[in-house]
Amino acid sequence: MNSGTILLVEDNPDDAALTLRAFKHHNITNDVVVAQDGVEALAYLFGTEGNAGAKQLPAIVLLDLKLPKVNGLEVLQRIRSDERTRLLPVVILTSSDEEHDLIDGYSLGANSYVRKPVDFVEFNQAAKQLGLYWLLVNRAPPAPPEALT
Amino acid sequence: MRLRDWPIKQKLTAILLLVSGLVLLLTSAAFVTYQVLAFRRTALGNLSTLGRVIGANSTASLAFANEADAKEILSALRTEPHVVAAALYDKAGRLFARYPADLPGDSFPTTPGRDGYRFEHGYLVGLEKVAEAGNSRLGTLYLKSDMRAVSSTLRLSAAIAVAVMGVSLLAAYLLATALQGSISGPILALAETAKGVSARQDYSARTPKLGEDELGVLSDAFNQMLGRIEDQDRALRKSQEDLQRYAGELEQRVAERTHELQESNEALRRNAAELLAVNAELDAFAYSVSHDLRAPLRSIDGFSQVLLEDYSAHLDDVGRHSLQRVRAATQRMATLIDDLLKLARYSRSEMRTEVVDLSRMAHDIVAELRRTTPSRQVDVAIAPGLQARGDPRLLRVALENLLGNSWKYTEKEPRPRVEFGSVEMNGDRALMVRDNGAGFDMKYADKLFGVFQRLHSATEFEGTGVGLATVQRIITRHGGRIWAEGAIDRGATFYFIL
Repeated sequence: MNSGTILLVEDNPDDAALTLRAFKHHNITNDVVVAQDGVEALAYLFGTEGNAGAKQLPAIVLLDLKLPKVNGLEVLQRIRSDERTRLLPVVILTSSDEEHDLIDGYSLGANSYVRKPVDFVEFNQAAKQLGLYWLLVNRAPPAPPEALT
Repeated sequence: MRLRDWPIKQKLTAILLLVSGLVLLLTSAAFVTYQVLAFRRTALGNLSTLGRVIGANSTASLAFANEADAKEILSALRTEPHVVAAALYDKAGRLFARYPADLPGDSFPTTPGRDGYRFEHGYLVGLEKVAEAGNSRLGTLYLKSDMRAVSSTLRLSAAIAVAVMGVSLLAAYLLATALQGSISGPILALAETAKGVSARQDYSARTPKLGEDELGVLSDAFNQMLGRIEDQDRALRKSQEDLQRYAGELEQRVAERTHELQESNEALRRNAAELLAVNAELDAFAYSVSHDLRAPLRSIDGFSQVLLEDYSAHLDDVGRHSLQRVRAATQRMATLIDDLLKLARYSRSEMRTEVVDLSRMAHDIVAELRRTTPSRQVDVAIAPGLQARGDPRLLRVALENLLGNSWKYTEKEPRPRVEFGSVEMNGDRALMVRDNGAGFDMKYADKLFGVFQRLHSATEFEGTGVGLATVQRIITRHGGRIWAEGAIDRGATFYFIL
């Protein structure tokens, strides 16, 4: 099992808490970093002035679309346009069922698009399947030539 | 200039002069001829009388061959100046005496011809037998008279004729000049009027009527014709003016219409812009609804579940049941939000029109329904070959709702039956979805298609009251209409025309 970090980009603390609970419930013990908006997510990945980014890329990014400051699609665009994160697996995890969000998300290179169910039992199932698939089933891309240091 | 091109005045005058001249010429010729003939007869008579007298006087001189006596008798002819020559021949025809004596002998005929008086070579010649009363011929008298008197008579007559002719022609000319006006006048007036009419297009002109003859009739006819033309011209002008006025009014109306159209176009454009703005707002609203309203629901449901899972031991049955009801309510609200979003989406989404195989679509939908509710045994009849022009995605949503409704409301029916077909209605082909399920009270038929309008409680049949509203919206967007018939516990039939 991939032991990498999970980057959860989620502004709603309830959703974040429920997601964490679901992971825990299904024995997904990887570190989960929660970024509450796009700016935080980008800071974690690429660092800011004076602060270096994460030493290692996360195994998976769970990205909400509607975020304060910098929205999810913009974050995705930055991730795909940077050589270091170009291949990073990104799963859009959102409430939106709008066609244009689906089209935009996939166009910008999302690896998957999951709609958050309201029903917590279903939500639990989705979280479990996401974790199992991306951390266990899926083969991660090779690390970029110059890993973040 | 040819005769027919002459002005009518000259033509008339010329004709009158020609006719009177010809008449005068013939009359004069007759007169002169008569004069000449009468004078010649008189001359002949006079000369024969003279011949008989001289012949009687010459009998003695011829009987006694007395030449001097004979000369004496002949010389008495001096009193007759027109007698240019005279001679006496004896019985044998020899020239015996002559007059005038100095005229050479060869001026006389050598022998006297036969007796009698005649005109020869411009002279009147007479031969008179000289004899004693009742006895044989003694000789012959020859007389030759010139015709100078005839010529002078002729000249006089001719002069008189010429004079008469001259005077007559002058009188004829004056008369013709004076009288031709009565004929040429009206014609000239007519011509003048006609010329004026054609030059100035003034149909009010009239030619004066100068008599009751044929020209008068002609003038009348001409004036009547002008009157009619004037009337028609006036009518024509009036219709032209009317036409111009109408054209003007029409132009003005067109201009007004154009202006109105421009204004309504402008208004439409503003409306369209407003609509676009409203649509954009709606999009933003729908996006917020789907995202922001669902999030708290998820929290409510999620944490209720947490309580149920982790704190079940601390709750009694009522507590657990209450939490279950909280969860059920959140899920119903989530469905409601989703349905509302669908309604909004189907009302706004772009339409692409193509021929849709509705029978096949219905088969697919029913197969899906059988798959999701395998416990249901429903008798389904789908008419083959039903087609319509429309947006396949939207039509599928509509058909899904209608068939899904029938599926749902026949739940309590022991022998459920759902039918999809078509019927003729007032010449239109209406499509029809019919079931033998719960039906509805026709009293509330108008409420069927309202948003959130339900004719059954949620405990009887599940539902949000958005489905038929969505169907109606989709049918309306296709320019069609939908209506329903039903009775409680006798099933429902939905008709729609696209």
